[in-house]
Amino acid sequence: MTVLLVLLCIGLITIIVVQVGKVTELATKIRGEEEMQEASNRRNANYMLAFVILFLLATIISSYYYKNYFLGYGPHESASAHGGTLDYLFAVTLFFTGLVFVITQVLLFYYAFKYKAQRGTKASFIAHDNKLEIVWTVIPAVVMAFLVISGLDAWNEVMADVGEDEEYLEVEATGYQFAWALRYPGEDGVLGRKDYKLIKQGSNDLGMDWNDEASLDDFLPNELVLPVNKKVRVRITSRDVLHNFYLPHFRLKMDAVPGMPTYFVFTPTKTTEEYRQELSQYPEYQVPVDPNDPESPMLWEDFNYELACAELCGRGHWSMQKLVRIVSEDEYEAWKATQTAHYMQLIRGTEDDPYTDKWFESEITERKENFNTKLESAIGSEEATDKVLQFEYVSFETGSADLTPTSKYELDFLVDALNKYSNMRIELAGHTDNTGNADANMTLSQNRANVVLNYLVSQGIDESRLTANGYGDTRPVSSNDTEEGREDNRRTEFRILSV
Amino acid sequence: MANIATQSQPEAIREDMLIEELGFDDHFHDHHHGDKYQSNFITTYIFSQDHKMIAKQFLITGMFWAVIGALMSLVFRLQLGFPEESLAWLKPVLGKWIEISADGTGVLSQDFYYALVTMHGTILVFFVLTAGLSGTFSNLLIPLQLGARDMASPLLNMMSYWFFFLAGAIMFASLFLSTGPFSGGWVAYPPLSALPQASQGSGAGMTLWTLSLVFFVVSVLLGGINYITTVLNMRTKGMSMWRMPLTIWAFFITAIIGLLSFPVLVSAFLLLMLDRGLGTSFFLSEIYIGGQALDHVGGSPILFQHLFWFLGHPEVYIIILPAMGIVSEVLSVHSRKPIFGYKAMVYSIMAIAFLSFIVWAHHMFMSGVNPFISNFFVIFTLIIAVPSAVKVFNWIATLYKGNIRFNASSLFAIGFVSMFISGGLTGIFLGNSALDIQLHDTYFVVAHFHIVMGVAAFFGMFAGIYNWFPKLYGRFMNDTLGKIHFWGTLVGAYAIFWPMHYLGMAGVPRRYYSFDAFQAFAHFDGMNQFITIGAIVTFAFQIIFIVNFFYSIWKGKEMTDRNPWKATTLEWTTPIERIHGNWPGKLPAVQRWAYDYGKDGKDFITQVEPIGPDEKEVH
Repeated sequence: MTVLLVLLCIGLITIIVVQVGKVTELATKIRGEEEMQEASNRRNANYMLAFVILFLLATIISSYYYKNYFLGYGPHESASAHGGTLDYLFAVTLFFTGLVFVITQVLLFYYAFKYKAQRGTKASFIAHDNKLEIVWTVIPAVVMAFLVISGLDAWNEVMADVGEDEEYLEVEATGYQFAWALRYPGEDGVLGRKDYKLIKQGSNDLGMDWNDEASLDDFLPNELVLPVNKKVRVRITSRDVLHNFYLPHFRLKMDAVPGMPTYFVFTPTKTTEEYRQELSQYPEYQVPVDPNDPESPMLWEDFNYELACAELCGRGHWSMQKLVRIVSEDEYEAWKATQTAHYMQLIRGTEDDPYTDKWFESEITERKENFNTKLESAIGSEEATDKVLQFEYVSFETGSADLTPTSKYELDFLVDALNKYSNMRIELAGHTDNTGNADANMTLSQNRANVVLNYLVSQGIDESRLTANGYGDTRPVSSNDTEEGREDNRRTEFRILSV
Repeated sequence: MANIATQSQPEAIREDMLIEELGFDDHFHDHHHGDKYQSNFITTYIFSQDHKMIAKQFLITGMFWAVIGALMSLVFRLQLGFPEESLAWLKPVLGKWIEISADGTGVLSQDFYYALVTMHGTILVFFVLTAGLSGTFSNLLIPLQLGARDMASPLLNMMSYWFFFLAGAIMFASLFLSTGPFSGGWVAYPPLSALPQASQGSGAGMTLWTLSLVFFVVSVLLGGINYITTVLNMRTKGMSMWRMPLTIWAFFITAIIGLLSFPVLVSAFLLLMLDRGLGTSFFLSEIYIGGQALDHVGGSPILFQHLFWFLGHPEVYIIILPAMGIVSEVLSVHSRKPIFGYKAMVYSIMAIAFLSFIVWAHHMFMSGVNPFISNFFVIFTLIIAVPSAVKVFNWIATLYKGNIRFNASSLFAIGFVSMFISGGLTGIFLGNSALDIQLHDTYFVVAHFHIVMGVAAFFGMFAGIYNWFPKLYGRFMNDTLGKIHFWGTLVGAYAIFWPMHYLGMAGVPRRYYSFDAFQAFAHFDGMNQFITIGAIVTFAFQIIFIVNFFYSIWKGKEMTDRNPWKATTLEWTTPIERIHGNWPGKLPAVQRWAYDYGKDGKDFITQVEPIGPDEKEVH
């Protein structure tokens, strides 16, 4: 239907156009070509004058109406240290170009109006004027030189990389179809190595290399949180096609190029809260977000900095939004403390973890604390059953009595405890499930208990304080009919005999 | 000398006598019995080797593409201005690209939105404003204004058009692919353009797009070699370089730019094709896409950008210089005054052309190139403002103390200057890399280049069409309709593109399908609607032009005076009948420059008129 209407409209316009054409040609015939031309000259000359007046008025009115979008004006102030320089440069350029714009447009249309051909008017023969031409070559050249110098001055300062001994925070943004992934360096302040061949969807979207220890504390938050007034170097990378890391409020933009990390150094100068407070001064922002719901928050309350993509990257290019939050140094530290390293969250202990035979400091501290808590409560308890403690992390290679490499950590906790309670005596007990030969199980569990005992002795514990017994499958703590139950039954324990 | 032709005779007769008396006899008639070049329908209208017919072919093909390209922009403007409105009514035309939801509303598919944006840019830049503008007027005017029978090689000239046609046919075919036409932007940056996994338009659509543009480049090169050769070798007796009209200077320099820059584009395409098809890594490196890590390593997407913009930037001058030439000529003729500062105009064209080759990376300030390099590109870029400013001042000075005859042609020429000022000035912001940090790839850029090379070039083209229509068809276009067309287009074009500056300052990025995902870009609904309505209305005014154009071909007012604008240049000394070979007898001999308007109290003195005994030659 609409298609028909559109076609009908075009058809009608055609007919009208043809008819108007015919009428004007007829009128020309009747009134004479010269007279028509003169009338037309007068008319169009007047239109010229009217146009330039209306055009300039429209320019002024629309500029006033949209004044808030001029860089650096009112609520459109930048929120970064370098932004002010750029906004000032914008204003200077606007001044010069505005001046030239008004002068040239006015002269163009005014001359067109003034020098219309009328009866008896004649053109003057002016072919050139060298002096004038030199003047209007030199003046633009001087103005351009001024703009070039101030522009490049700002440019080289803004684009400079961080100095060698400067203090800064480095974060990384990776563009992919169609979102941004953020990476923070964690406690060490260093972003770990990446390799796109290591990318695994879901668990390692950025291809972080876990062999690089700097990667292990990197965390991947879902919003860009930065401390105010601290220099930030954003390392910008891409996983697939070109993207562009664009922070409009911070006057910052840089392509993300696959295979070639880029960077942008900037210093945020206003926290989100401060920017909101500034916006709250403007009536344009003192209106509800939802015009139909007066209860909804004010525009200024709802304000947030945003990260966008500014390089065409495919069908979802327009949707690559991330929230940006600028906070005080304290808030930043507090936020950082709530973040978990990606490695710890998703990689530790999986097949991708290259450190399965090793415990990290943080793990040792935490687990030792748990171990000691349990030990203390066992010592304090009167119940005989509470005196038995199971090793959580001691394990053996399958079918043998060789300790796995990480077993010694927990045994070391025990060594420390035995040193602390220098009179404590314990019994070490090995257990198996009921698969296989019962005698063999008995032997294996005895051997395993002995291996643990030997380790403790090797760490300087007096053998007289230790006994080792193997119980085979005779003391299950769970059903041997299920895999989970059998796993519970394969265990090594120690019992506190006396303190 | 002038005693056989006296001042009192009618101009046409006097000119003919002067040509007969002083002209150059190339024994044209001895060789052209029966005109074998236009002996039947096919050699006259299809595989014609006559430069005037080829000009018409370029023009009408260009108009076809302009309509297609403009309609595409209307569709994506509807999406941007009225995202909530149902586009289900476009389903019969766009088919599966309108996605109908459960409640019956139709939404433009995101993929097709980007395909439309891409095609709009490609079509307008290459097919309309390069082929349609330069192809039309270089072909028409170079032989006519230089006093040549035809192009140096009419055969190559014909091939130039047919390669263009082939390019168009391939591009048109790509619109109907099931995966859609190419949708990675007219700049076709890899990896997006290289990987079908990245965008469905980068599959067969991209292959056809590239193929089409390679043929297009062949067309431009064949045309360009011809234009250059013709200008250098086939100027008639007395037509020294410094007596050439500015149109010819513009076409000549344009052809040189094209010849030097277009091959680089082909090299970029070639490497891109190798990356796509043969697994090389010129532009690709360390990419993980579609759940797969690709083998490409060591390539640089930025290399493509360098190669692309090495053409891409000169390309905008390939577009605008012919328009400048046309406007210079039209302004001078219709204000009855010599163009002000003829030599300065020529030198500024040369300066712009030279500088156009060393500014390409100003499109790449934020692409990750070393910021230090940008220093040079900023300097050269802003230097271009100087010759451009000189041109503007000279155009304005041409109007000063003129005797301006308003018609569609002169109006569009004046409109061109206005557009060139408005759009040129914003270039000073964008060429300054520090400001480009914020403005790059925002609507500020869209406003800038549409005004300065889109609308302005169109205005130059319209000025040319209205002015030389009689030389194409022996009839006039209706001038009243032309004026309505002008005023509607002038106001409409500003209404569309002026507000985009504000969008750009607010930071709104270009090439966004929707602005809803961002708080910062979401509150411009009113402005986007205004722009869309402006686009529809402005398009409606183009219908007036199209109807006027085709109606006038057959029914327009007939030409009775062979020099209706009282112009000095040679094309107006040819017969109204527009014969093959242009002049029936001898070729005219040129005695003076092309801009003797209002000299010594005479309204105009044609180029065939010898310098009088008391007269001083100007140039």
